[in-house]
Amino acid sequence: MPTKSLFRSEDAAAAASVTLQFDDRPLTAPAGISIAAALLLNGVAPFRTTPVSAAPRAAYCMMGVCFECLVEIDGVPGRQACLTPVRDGMVLRRQNGASALSLPDAGEDHGR
Amino acid sequence: MQAKELIVVGGGLVGAAIAYGAARAGAPVTLLDQGDIAHRASRGNFGLVWVQSKGDKLPRYARWSRDAVGLWPALAKELLELTGVDVALRQQGGFWIGFNEAELQARQVMLEKINTTVGGIPFEMLDHKELKARLPAIGKGVAGGSYCPLDGDANPLLLLHALHAGLKARGARVVSSVDVMQVRYREKSADFEIESQDGQRWRAPRVALAAGLGNATLAAQVGLHAPVAPNRGQVLITERLRPFLPYPTNKARQTNEGSVQLGYSVEDVGLDDGTTVSAIEAIAKRALTTFPILSSVRLVRAWGALRVLTPDGFPIYQESATCPGAFVATSHSGVSLAAAHAQLIGPWMAGLSAAPDEFGHFAGERFLDPTRSFSNAH
Repeated sequence: MPTKSLFRSEDAAAAASVTLQFDDRPLTAPAGISIAAALLLNGVAPFRTTPVSAAPRAAYCMMGVCFECLVEIDGVPGRQACLTPVRDGMVLRRQNGASALSLPDAGEDHGR
Repeated sequence: MQAKELIVVGGGLVGAAIAYGAARAGAPVTLLDQGDIAHRASRGNFGLVWVQSKGDKLPRYARWSRDAVGLWPALAKELLELTGVDVALRQQGGFWIGFNEAELQARQVMLEKINTTVGGIPFEMLDHKELKARLPAIGKGVAGGSYCPLDGDANPLLLLHALHAGLKARGARVVSSVDVMQVRYREKSADFEIESQDGQRWRAPRVALAAGLGNATLAAQVGLHAPVAPNRGQVLITERLRPFLPYPTNKARQTNEGSVQLGYSVEDVGLDDGTTVSAIEAIAKRALTTFPILSSVRLVRAWGALRVLTPDGFPIYQESATCPGAFVATSHSGVSLAAAHAQLIGPWMAGLSAAPDEFGHFAGERFLDPTRSFSNAH
């Protein structure tokens, strides 16, 4: 994961900042921006790997259209980072391949 | 028999498979394809390669469906070798899902009747517990299901792509963006002149009409009766998910790339191929009853597509009595029947083999019988 960002914030110094976690790495970002912007500012790449070919991907359109910026947000996989504002204490994870589904415990369903 | 040129009108799954089969058998083939403005049921297809419950009211169709899926593995293998396109065929069986005992009992009666009449279409009825052992993701609202080992699925878009690539590889001519308006039989020369909206013309001694909804008007021009009408189906597509559903079911299947297709509505709305909130809601609700673990999943697409349905839901395959050399083929099971269309219908319509046995059952005149009523309960 490169740490030198290609982006910088115009008013990073002025804005209140929030702290996030991405794959256990602490990040800070200006309040009010999107998760995708925060990850780009912090030099995070890739955001995810694709389900079919495992190719690396990061945010592209930044407006909710391309679905390239998917990450896991607070335990929910496959969410669009560009459409979700940062919140202090968020726990983010790289989206590796397709979203996992967990089958319910056998005990939950007694059949009929 | 000598190979004469065959013109196929319609480049969807039915037309492309017939053209491919004719070219494969050695006929010179020209495929006239309407292009991107076509309604193109092939683009909205659910992708099942399906046998169970087909032909309840027409045993010849049950047998046709059974034999067609038996031909599928060879087609998939051949297309892969010829074009490099893997159509993701999977034939390890499929499940129908039932939500109450009455449904399950009716299902059993129907499947027993088909298998007794036709043979070679085995099935198992499963209660909730037995079904859950095979499909652990089913919810409490599922009463049980039926399983047929012949069922399966494939990727319909890749199949269409592979057939078109295969046509090119076999030297067929594919002409795109052609809106065919007229098919004229010329008795003197015993051939057909086909004219498009923009005035282009083609001539050949044989023509196969596989123009989907367009068959209704085109067939009548060469003495054939093909009263097809649109019927809309809407489907939902989820984000790609890790594998959780190893078999296709009648209204949900997970593709080899992880997307789940959820189906489907059955609507009589003319040529409107849009989507509606009410249908999307009903499909999503049913999917959650079937597989509750989908509740956290995001949907990424919804679409509507138009089935090409005859009044009884069964296909029409027929040669014209008054304009010999003109054929019509119409079916809404372009994926399930693809291998039979290629292997058997293509060579027949190209004049290289006889019609399959007992094909009179599929003649369009059955809809002219005033004493019969029809239902195409999809």
